[in-house]
Amino acid sequence: MLNYTIRRLIISIPVLLLISLIIFLLLNLAPGDPLANQPLTIPPEVRQKMKEALGLGAPLYVRYLLWLKQFFWVEPLHAFDWCFGTHFSVGMQRILSWQFRSPVFDVIVQRMPQTLTVVGMSYVIGVLIAVPIGIVSAYRQYSWFDQIGTFISMIGYSVPTFFTGVLLIVVFSVDLGWFPSIYNTNLKVVDWQTFLLQVRQMAMPVFVLALYNAAQISRFMRSSMLDNLQQDYVRTARAKGMGERTVLLTHVLRNSLIPVVTVIALGVPTIFGGAIITEQVFKVNGLGQLLITAIYASDVPMVQTLTFIFAVLIVVFNLVADILYGVLDPRIRYD
Amino acid sequence: MKLKTILMGAAAVLAASQAFAASGRGADGQLNLIYWQAPSILNPYLSSGTKDLEASSITIEPLARFNPKGEMVPEIAAEIPTLKNGGISKDLKTITWHLKPGLKWSDGSAVTSADVVFTGQYCMDPQGGCAQLSHFQGVDKIEAVDPLTVKISFKAPQPDPYGPFVSYESPILQKKQFANCMGAKAPTCTSANFGPIGTGPFVVTSFKPNDVIEYKANPNYRDPNKPAFATVNFKGGGDAAAAARAVFQTGEYDYGWNLQLSPDVLKGMTGPGAKGHVVTAFGSLVERLEMNLTDASPSLPEGQRSTAAHPNPILSDKRVREALSMAIDRSLIVQVGYGSAGKPTCNLVPAPEAYASDNTACLKQDIPGAKKLLDEAGWKVGPDGIREKDGKKLVLTYQTSTNGVRQDTQSLIKQWWKEIGVDAQLKNVNGSVFFGGDPGSPDTFQKFYTDVEEYANNFSGTDPQTYMSMYTCDKAPRPATQWQGENINRYCNKHYDELVAELGKTAVPAKREALVKEMNDMLTKDSYTIIPIVWRGNNSGVANSIGGEAINPWDSELWNIQDWYRKK
Repeated sequence: MLNYTIRRLIISIPVLLLISLIIFLLLNLAPGDPLANQPLTIPPEVRQKMKEALGLGAPLYVRYLLWLKQFFWVEPLHAFDWCFGTHFSVGMQRILSWQFRSPVFDVIVQRMPQTLTVVGMSYVIGVLIAVPIGIVSAYRQYSWFDQIGTFISMIGYSVPTFFTGVLLIVVFSVDLGWFPSIYNTNLKVVDWQTFLLQVRQMAMPVFVLALYNAAQISRFMRSSMLDNLQQDYVRTARAKGMGERTVLLTHVLRNSLIPVVTVIALGVPTIFGGAIITEQVFKVNGLGQLLITAIYASDVPMVQTLTFIFAVLIVVFNLVADILYGVLDPRIRYD
Repeated sequence: MKLKTILMGAAAVLAASQAFAASGRGADGQLNLIYWQAPSILNPYLSSGTKDLEASSITIEPLARFNPKGEMVPEIAAEIPTLKNGGISKDLKTITWHLKPGLKWSDGSAVTSADVVFTGQYCMDPQGGCAQLSHFQGVDKIEAVDPLTVKISFKAPQPDPYGPFVSYESPILQKKQFANCMGAKAPTCTSANFGPIGTGPFVVTSFKPNDVIEYKANPNYRDPNKPAFATVNFKGGGDAAAAARAVFQTGEYDYGWNLQLSPDVLKGMTGPGAKGHVVTAFGSLVERLEMNLTDASPSLPEGQRSTAAHPNPILSDKRVREALSMAIDRSLIVQVGYGSAGKPTCNLVPAPEAYASDNTACLKQDIPGAKKLLDEAGWKVGPDGIREKDGKKLVLTYQTSTNGVRQDTQSLIKQWWKEIGVDAQLKNVNGSVFFGGDPGSPDTFQKFYTDVEEYANNFSGTDPQTYMSMYTCDKAPRPATQWQGENINRYCNKHYDELVAELGKTAVPAKREALVKEMNDMLTKDSYTIIPIVWRGNNSGVANSIGGEAINPWDSELWNIQDWYRKK
């Protein structure tokens, strides 16, 4: 297994380099101008100077190599300095955002907490809801519970979050006034009061996203359970006189979880990607909103860095899912 | 007895002033602002996006700014220099500003003329990529005469010397804070760019780019009783509808900026029981149709298309352009797309009032008149209802940026033009490409590879001189200029160029106003090179509990935030 992991890690290096090159080329070939959102009252010669100040004067390959150096050398060095108080990266140029003129990673780090709490929490809640629903739906197939569960997951999966989000705001913020419609990213949880505030402002975005996640995962869980319930070993277990609870929760569930766990693992990178639409609707202003505003502003360094981080996460979690598969199912061996 | 009276009087005054102070600075708690376009940086010299300028305007101040009437009011300066008070020299080459004595930065240090001189150097550094460089056009040198006096000399006579350090676009930076941020080093000074030290009513306490800014009252603000609010929470993100909802419906926010929403949506939110109301400011922003006077047809080789070498086969005839304008019902466009945030107009310069021409003939739609004009021009109605002349059909390509209201306007205009026998082929281009100015793209508004295009433009400040000088012959975008240039129509008129030169030498206000009106008329009703449609205002939402607010089209909407208070 270790051998396999190391081999996969080594292969992923050229894969990631290729991805970074493709992202870079796509972004630079795409139309758009970082100064397009500046007013028309700026004269063209001033505009030209501003562009040069962003570093747009240098040839394409120089800019790519510079970005590679900054991403793989300067930024890790800076992170090391920050952790251990050393001074290796002093004077080195970090990746600067064109919108903010500040290091891209500082803003990313700033956006992490709200994305991880809101989107991460919704993923956890989604999984916690989905697994029991999937189990019961499969065990009592075509029962009322199964029908309702299917209906809700259809809604959760097919109704877009920009609709459910605004609907919730109109009902719970405008009419009832229970929850704030705008997320306060400066709120620090220090006591019971602020904790309640945090729960209130998280309630609606977490609900919207959890519904969406749960809808998807509960379907996987249900079909995986159905597959296993037909198996011979289930009949054997019952024939041996085991209780239904043991059959279901010990034998069937464990085997059914194998594909579901990998699906869940593959979904983890999307947490870091944020939820672009839901973050916009509730003004959570996490990584998703950061990405979309950077795209609108043609902030190439920011978009490039964010998408590349997502690419790294996807590659890593693919590997994690594969390894988990081997751990959970002893029949699968990679060596 | 006498002494006692005096003492008692003094005590009473003291008590009264203390009572006043209690209702003064910081008494009204937190002010919540929502700007759905979130600010990315607080240094106006590195970004001139309005959202960034607005957010910085409550911290850093210019020497003077404009009030809602478009008049200049001193901020850091003691008074406005004029020819009359000797502040502007007779030869129009220098302007001398005196600073208010005793003024302090929010960190407690004194504001001196060295800060002003430094700000000028900071922006004029050739490596800095300063976004406000146009404010310093023609500046020869900026010098400190004494700690409170600054003299700005221009290379040539400057009839409007209020470019440098006037309006929220050109505020004064603290020399101490930005001394190591000159030129190429400007973007590396993140903490300064995210929290400039200023003289304004509020001080930045935390800045999260594109998310939220927190401010607190400036302890060294020059008026000890102001601002009334102790803190400001400046939230960004989301969309205009959500911001409007937060002000009018949930009441979570006190002020929402730029609520560009369709009239029905806004009406639905501001009905009875709404927690706020809409305020509108009309500046100089005009939505217009630009006529391409050169041939944009794709059959021409690249490099000759849309250049002066080939005049437009259809639009070179003034009668056609006039007919196109006559066919438009401007008030209906306003009703459909703009509501309270628009007024029909025929002027390129609709404001300030002194500069606005009395040109209103276009406001009434005249379809029969338009048809007659086209008949006269030799365009006869063909079998399909589209006019033709010498075997050529009257077909125009008409582009604009992708935006719901603009597409509505496009289809309305297409319909009216169809009535008079003109076929318009509509096209819309993503805003970041259309306004992006990439010389490699065929879809930029400068390249203008269509016959007609629609967008909005305005001028910064209250003086239209630079705006009017955009239409001289040499400013036409063409291959030789990398397709840069502001004379989008490729308009070229010797007399116009002469008027621009004359405006550049004239300082007497009445004469300047007359010149601008004449030039405005030349471009609009005399030649129909530019067909203005809507004079656009900016809608913002204010909570009913906020007092003292005065929306301002010429400067920051937060220009007088120190006077805002919460109604009890």
